[in-house]
Amino acid sequence: MAIVAGVRTPFARSGTVLKDYTAIDLGKLAVAELVQRTAIDGGSVDLLVFGTVVQSVVAPNIAREVSLLPHFPKTLQAYAVSRACASANQAITDAADQITLGHAHVAIAGGAESLTQVPILHSRGMSDVLVAASKAKSLSQRLGILAQLRPKDFIPITPAIAEPSTGESMGQSADKMAKLNGITRESQDRFALRSHMNAAAGTGDGRLTAEIVPVPAPPKFENMIASDNGVRRDSTYEQLSALKPVFDRQYGTVTAGNASPLTDGGAAVLLMSEERAMALGYTPLAYIRSYAYAAVDPAEQLLQAPVVAAPIALARAGLALGDIDLIEMHEAFAAQVLSNIQGLASSTWAARAGLSKPVGEVDFDTLNVMGGSLSIGHPFGATGARVLTTLCNELARRGKQFGMLTVCAAGGMGHAMIVERA
Amino acid sequence: MSDTRMSDTRMSDTRMGVVLMEDAATGVSLSVHDGVATIRYDQPHSPVNTLNTRVGPVFEQIFARIEQDASIIGAVLVSGKADTWIAGADIDELRRVTTPLEGEALSRGGQQLLNRLAAMPKPFIAAIHGAALGGGLEIALACRYRIATDHPKTVLALPEVQLGLLPGAGGTQRLPRTVGLQAALDMILTGKNIRAKKAWQMGLVHELVHPSILYEVAATRVRALARGDAPPVRARTRAVRDVLLEDNALGRTIVFRQARATVLKKTRGQYPAPLAALAAIQVGYLHGQEAGLLEEARGFGDLAVSEVSRELVSIFFATTALKKDTGLPDGVTADPVRVRKIGVLGAGFMGAGIATVAVQVGTLVRLKDASLDRVAAGWRAVREVLRERVKRRQLTRLQMDDTLSLVGGTIDYSGFANVDLVIEAVFEDLAVKHAVLREVQAVAPRAIFASNTSTIPIRDIAAAAAHPDRVVGMHFFSPVHKMPLLEVIVTPETSAQTTATVVAYGRRIGKTVIVVRDGPGFYVNRILAPYINESGKLLDEGASIDAVDEALVAFGFPVGPITLLDEVGLDIAGKSGPIMAAAFGDRMSPSSTLQRVIESGRLGRKAKRGFYRYDARGKRQGVDQGVYALTPATGSRRAVAAEEIQRRAVLPMLNEAVRCLEDGIIRSPRDGDIGAVFGIGFPPFRGGPFRFLDALGAATVVAQLDALNSRYPGRFEAAALLRAKAAAGTRFHP
Repeated sequence: MAIVAGVRTPFARSGTVLKDYTAIDLGKLAVAELVQRTAIDGGSVDLLVFGTVVQSVVAPNIAREVSLLPHFPKTLQAYAVSRACASANQAITDAADQITLGHAHVAIAGGAESLTQVPILHSRGMSDVLVAASKAKSLSQRLGILAQLRPKDFIPITPAIAEPSTGESMGQSADKMAKLNGITRESQDRFALRSHMNAAAGTGDGRLTAEIVPVPAPPKFENMIASDNGVRRDSTYEQLSALKPVFDRQYGTVTAGNASPLTDGGAAVLLMSEERAMALGYTPLAYIRSYAYAAVDPAEQLLQAPVVAAPIALARAGLALGDIDLIEMHEAFAAQVLSNIQGLASSTWAARAGLSKPVGEVDFDTLNVMGGSLSIGHPFGATGARVLTTLCNELARRGKQFGMLTVCAAGGMGHAMIVERA
Repeated sequence: MSDTRMSDTRMSDTRMGVVLMEDAATGVSLSVHDGVATIRYDQPHSPVNTLNTRVGPVFEQIFARIEQDASIIGAVLVSGKADTWIAGADIDELRRVTTPLEGEALSRGGQQLLNRLAAMPKPFIAAIHGAALGGGLEIALACRYRIATDHPKTVLALPEVQLGLLPGAGGTQRLPRTVGLQAALDMILTGKNIRAKKAWQMGLVHELVHPSILYEVAATRVRALARGDAPPVRARTRAVRDVLLEDNALGRTIVFRQARATVLKKTRGQYPAPLAALAAIQVGYLHGQEAGLLEEARGFGDLAVSEVSRELVSIFFATTALKKDTGLPDGVTADPVRVRKIGVLGAGFMGAGIATVAVQVGTLVRLKDASLDRVAAGWRAVREVLRERVKRRQLTRLQMDDTLSLVGGTIDYSGFANVDLVIEAVFEDLAVKHAVLREVQAVAPRAIFASNTSTIPIRDIAAAAAHPDRVVGMHFFSPVHKMPLLEVIVTPETSAQTTATVVAYGRRIGKTVIVVRDGPGFYVNRILAPYINESGKLLDEGASIDAVDEALVAFGFPVGPITLLDEVGLDIAGKSGPIMAAAFGDRMSPSSTLQRVIESGRLGRKAKRGFYRYDARGKRQGVDQGVYALTPATGSRRAVAAEEIQRRAVLPMLNEAVRCLEDGIIRSPRDGDIGAVFGIGFPPFRGGPFRFLDALGAATVVAQLDALNSRYPGRFEAAALLRAKAAAGTRFHP
């Protein structure tokens, strides 16, 4: 399974420079550039799979909307997937599976998210009244129904990033994990700082911006947005340590500084069977060696499932953690990354994963060498494709062989993938 | 509506029932099913249906048959063509009219046929899918009821004025009575296209349906109307202002007066057709339809043989012929490469303009410039043009976004590997052109490299090419999305496939393409140069700026030469001047005024400072009197007769066009005419330089040139070919 190339939009904190673009727009921007840059003939693409988390109510199948770009024939079939923060990963592994099955030869997979343009819902009371009013047969009947509205019905519902099963917000879960695993505030802040420093370096020397399509800046379109706006090159430990915890204000350690920000962005990768890549004259960036998904009890450690997924993916690839040259670990929270790393080295988690000994120690020199979601940002549906692109490009640049990525996702789910440089 | 399946409207199926009459020569047939007659028109050996004197009598017979046959309750008129209904009169036939009386008789014949149709007691329904133009729409207007398909191909218009004619089969009478006076004037005096939806809104058609049910709905409506059922009435809401203006004689007088003033302002009295149409409409209101029809026929007869119409028709034919021209010499053929992706180098005004027309036909565009800011500016320029089309409801918002998504900006050559064609619009400097040519041929060795240069010979650019057979010139005119001409410049090394490809692609992006040979200024700028220079020399000698502009606008140019300089940019004009002078010597030597005005830092409208003054928002104020101090005649101005100005500016342009023909720069007088009309705005009613020369007579022109040459030695030396034509008394066009 060949990964030919990946492209993404700049990632921007929600409500900022990309706020006028919908998730569909962002997906289209990434895919249009992927087609342009790779010089692929749109007609040779068989499948487009796209992930998103906060779906548009009016266009629920984001993949189909993206596949209707004029770059492709209208016959390009497409579907959307959702696996929380691993949605783009799900899109990628789905597309890869379809290619493995021989159902497709060339596929585009990715995801997009706008956390600016999220649907705001009416209250239940308002919905009931509006539905009833729409069925009313006369004006007086309709007015009668509308008169039932109470002030509280007018309060809209904004979707929260909380677990439906536990009611716990993502941040509360991260805070809880920090407590359970003994992750200190200082280690979190230092990790967040590292993320910003690495991302700033990657932006500065162009390694990170190489994967970005410059996007015209609305509303006046007088310039192009060509880099991520969440990366703070002048960030200091002192600044980070001064921030107040937001989820548990008294004993918590998770702050806005060591959590990934709400972000808008889109990303996509081009996948092909090895034979098709050869036939079309492409030199792949990397091959997918294996992948795995796993889940844990969301009420326990919500974001710890990568610890279970990683050894499965490694076993499927016939590799050990020590064989891995480069690791990209999605950074939802510094507390989560540090918990994951601790879990990989722990006998307890090894036992839970059915292993006789721990997966191993993560070498920080190989981890998130150009930063991660804490600094670059985290548009839920897009992150997986961003992480894979960054990993493959950097493997190629370093001339290293194996790379691993992990992504934690809501619902207590996790994903890991092993790639090998072509 | 994107459904383009036409099987249900191109009817040959059983729904039409038994064929009663069929005329193989004209392609008109009559069939009947269950009392409903279908008149189907499918002109043989023609992509469209046109109206001619052969088809008239066939319709006549069919109408008589329907009238007499008691079993027929009414009729539906349909087209057998996929995308047109009836595209209007056969223009070839019109060209053979030699006297006004003949033209008038032709018009009367059409009127009488349609009067008969309009008076039919049985209901006739026009079932329109595709273009209903000119006589086609006039037939529809004579039907009791009109149903159109809600489809992009369905357009309705009376475009006769664009050919210097008027609607001669009752259109000037029936249209105002159908859609109201003001709406009818708007259509008849401009000839503009009305899309189906708009036609329905303005009451031009009664119903709008999907193409697949057009015939069924029409047949059902025939039955209903035959039973005497009232058709569904859609109340057309009219503004109070329209009622006040249109429903009484005084209001209409105001409307007519305004329309006449607008026409005169726009045409400067050089186009008689709109005025004749206006007269026919007015007579119809004042003295009734029959008088109006007589006036219409009289006007049609006069116009049919008018010089203006002859010239406009000749341009129409030349343009039509160019649409079929491969651009290759006789006997040479080559398959054009299908262009799916182009690279555009330089995102400035021209580059963005080229990108704009390309993405609108679905071409992927890789737009490259040196910095992201410049790419953004180019992207924004494309968006502006598309946004204008959204405002005019020619595009939906989604179509605009999709079209824009085809522009991919870049500052490197990523994405160039699969471009079929690269058009460079970078700085006009040979070294820069060579650099980008080498870069392109390294990253996209199969691509054709086209230069949009206006001053540098293509062969000089091609000198740096590894594949000179794939180097060509594509000279666009500014603004690209509005100017209809594309000059394709070939060198001796340009391959036939390269030429065929850029000609075919130029046509796909909506341009009229002329292929010219390489040489300084190519064709358009070469004939423009002596015209501009002579205008400058007139200023040198003391003519005033506005007098020169005014005289040439009066001649028929859309703007005067001095205004043109301000619009194009004096720096750009200044760059080409010395090149032309170096190549052609004295007759192209730039005027000293132009040189000094450029040196004074005036760059024209873009700098808000040129021969004219501009306010802060770029609106033109008046002549910048300060310019006169820069002329050799300094402050003192003298009156120069308009005729003198016209002669001195236009004759060298004509003369240079002849030299271009002599030198083989242009392939034919036809190309020379089209290049001047579409590239420079040479007055269309004069047909182009060669048609104009033919009208004046070569001998007359030579005499005038000789006279001028004795006053200004060297600048007005008549071309040898022109002298030869004068001596032999022959014409350029047959």
